[in-house]
Amino acid sequence: MSVVRNKILILFAHPSLERSEVNKPLFNASLRHQDVTAIDLYREYPTFDIDIEVEQQRLLDHDVIIFMFPLFWYSTPAILKQWQDLVLEYGFAYGANGTALTDKVFFCVTTAGGAEAAYQQDGYNHFTLRELLHPIEQTANLTHMKYLPPFALFSSRNAAEQGRITEHVDQFISLLTACAEQRLDIQHAATLPLLNHALTSAHTPLTGE
Amino acid sequence: MTGYFIDAFIYLCAAVIAVPLAKRFGLGSVLGYLVAGVVIGPIVGSENTNSLQHFAEFGVVMMLFLVGLELEPKKLWEMRNRLMGLGGLQIGLTTAIITAGGLFFDLGWTVALTIGLIFALSSTAIVLQTFNEKNLTKTEGGNNAFSVLLSQDIAVIPMLALLPLLALPELVAQAQHATAQAAEHHEELSLVAGLPGWAYAGVLLLAIGFVGVGGHYLSRPLFRYVASSGLREIFVATSLMLVIGIAALMSLVGLSPALGAFLAGVVLANSEFRHELESNIEPFKGLLLGLFFITVGAGIDFAILGENLLVVIALTLAVMFIKALVLYVLALIFKIKNSDRWLFTLSLAQAGEFGFVLLSFTVQNNILPGDIAKILLLVVALSMFLTPALFIFFDKVILPKFEQTENQREADEITHQGSVIIAGVGRFGQMVNRFLRANKIETVVLDSQVSQVDNLKKINVQSYYGDATQPDLLHTAGISKAAMLVIAIDNKEAAIELTKYVKHTYPKVKIFARAFDRGHHFELKHAGADFIVSETYHSALELGKEALISMGVHPYKAEQKKTTLRRLELSYKDSLFDLWRNNTEDSKYSIHFRELFIELENAIAKAMKSENVDEQAKVERGWTPPPKNYLDDFKD
Repeated sequence: MSVVRNKILILFAHPSLERSEVNKPLFNASLRHQDVTAIDLYREYPTFDIDIEVEQQRLLDHDVIIFMFPLFWYSTPAILKQWQDLVLEYGFAYGANGTALTDKVFFCVTTAGGAEAAYQQDGYNHFTLRELLHPIEQTANLTHMKYLPPFALFSSRNAAEQGRITEHVDQFISLLTACAEQRLDIQHAATLPLLNHALTSAHTPLTGE
Repeated sequence: MTGYFIDAFIYLCAAVIAVPLAKRFGLGSVLGYLVAGVVIGPIVGSENTNSLQHFAEFGVVMMLFLVGLELEPKKLWEMRNRLMGLGGLQIGLTTAIITAGGLFFDLGWTVALTIGLIFALSSTAIVLQTFNEKNLTKTEGGNNAFSVLLSQDIAVIPMLALLPLLALPELVAQAQHATAQAAEHHEELSLVAGLPGWAYAGVLLLAIGFVGVGGHYLSRPLFRYVASSGLREIFVATSLMLVIGIAALMSLVGLSPALGAFLAGVVLANSEFRHELESNIEPFKGLLLGLFFITVGAGIDFAILGENLLVVIALTLAVMFIKALVLYVLALIFKIKNSDRWLFTLSLAQAGEFGFVLLSFTVQNNILPGDIAKILLLVVALSMFLTPALFIFFDKVILPKFEQTENQREADEITHQGSVIIAGVGRFGQMVNRFLRANKIETVVLDSQVSQVDNLKKINVQSYYGDATQPDLLHTAGISKAAMLVIAIDNKEAAIELTKYVKHTYPKVKIFARAFDRGHHFELKHAGADFIVSETYHSALELGKEALISMGVHPYKAEQKKTTLRRLELSYKDSLFDLWRNNTEDSKYSIHFRELFIELENAIAKAMKSENVDEQAKVERGWTPPPKNYLDDFKD
């Protein structure tokens, strides 16, 4: 049992929260987690006027960085791109002295309208979710972070009707706790297509001794 | 004369001591007045009490006028289903069961029916007051209870009109015999005495028509004329004149003054002078109603209570049980769920102040024998005494049970938005009001210029005449329940005073204020305003930005420059404010302040001018490209 708990930063982007069915409960549950700082970017920067200083300090203060968003055109909503463009500065996140993010763990938490079967080579989206998020993966690599595959919910438009949300939220909260208690096998998880089953797959000890 | 002073002093003294005590113990002011009455009853004697009670009943007339004022005809129409269904059934069923009970005990049907009607009513004063104190008004149970109370208040009017038909012949004969001698001394003034039936009906219709039409068309020019004089006490006098005049007219034609006042209230509910009227009448109503409750308390006959103690207690419990049962069944039928069902059931299970009114009314009109009325009076009072206990039971026993199950649901996102009061509706306030209204936020708009209120009326914006800096007007506009007060009045000093007053008296109400300049801005902030905007700041910046664009600056760059300037202003604002505050009253803008202000100006100039990427980066660093030679970093 590790004494030091990892601190987790969730950067949440949803431009029409009042219509959200999955992301909102996910975000609200994260807000209540003791190891998490959860930031609603659209709430904090309604005019996209992102405060670079504040955001860089937040990154420095945390060990695990998470983007949480609904998948828009195989990528993040605009404000998360704006955030990357502004905050990941030369000399901070990359370049000669840009080592501020070294060894932090990074992953995306996203929801996709399409079914999981569509995100395959022979599905209508032709690429897996992990492949589609390659630009973000490479951004993490260039900024010396440890990239993990996305934690995702597919067919999200009918998740509420099918009652899949509670289980998904619970799963995410256990993942957060595992990250905080450093129980997640990072090396093994990095090889998976999705993070959803990282806790239950064979390599990870369930009780973090 | 001396006797009046002494009596008045005793009454006021009892109220001053008992009412705050009752409130402190969570019993509500009505019980305080009743207790005060019980205590002073033996001191002032029953004869005095009776004559005072007639006078105090005018408080009920005023209360009905105010109830009417709260009821816009449109709102009333929207609630018709709840009022007729829920309220109508409650009154009907309760009356039926209690009447049946009365018949079972061998009372005459007219007496039994009268008792049923009296006990069907609940206490608007206690229940609404308690809902307010416990923040239950906006719950489903609270809403439904309000509709029932409202239908009861309305039902009182036909009851007052129709109950005299139930008069007992033998009591009437007695009364006539008794008044025959007195009649020689003074005859009641009446316009309709001795008129044939058709003429009487005609006069009645004329009188009611006069209240309706006159209230709608004559009151407005009158109020405007009085308001333009700017004399507040004359406006108060006008309000009183109106209510008393209507009461007098109704008495002259033999109708209930309460009915007339209610009608006049409904007619005036749409008037822009509504809040001003309310705040003028409210203190008189409060005092007279208080006096009325005191006289009721003073009228409690302890000899009768002692003799009939068990009967009174048994009757009270039976009445409350029957009322609760009817309410619970209705809650089932109307699908009021969980804790709301219990709130609805328990909150209305008492008899009310209208019970007192009806009791004294029915005795006067020879409908109920006096000895029965005296016992019933005790039952009504006791059930009101017990109401706080029911609320405590709800809080401590019912609510915890439901909280657990209700918490397991997905957290409720619907948070009630309290209304916003907008003080001052000139160019600035109007814009704010339009924006909020368009987004379905309830606003109450006040302005002290009649012409301004008139102008708004022409474009269908409802606003009220009145000086927002008057505490009692703010109160009737609902400041104690409002979420926010927007201050956009033209008087700079008054805006600051208003901010101080509201922040001190209603700390929960947010204040958003419009400032004229930097000094005013700081003073408002010092007074406690939550958000302040200088009226010209944003428009000036916007014009400046457009000017930059027109001079050839790329629009997106111009927008960023504007953002940067705003951010710099913001970062200096706190230190400028601190300096301003620490300086003495007479030299707010000291040397330090000026120095800091110049520093801000320089910082802005530097940020705007700078072409150097690195220097610019400190304030305007967004999208700074990596250095030209940065590829070298990646050569390992």
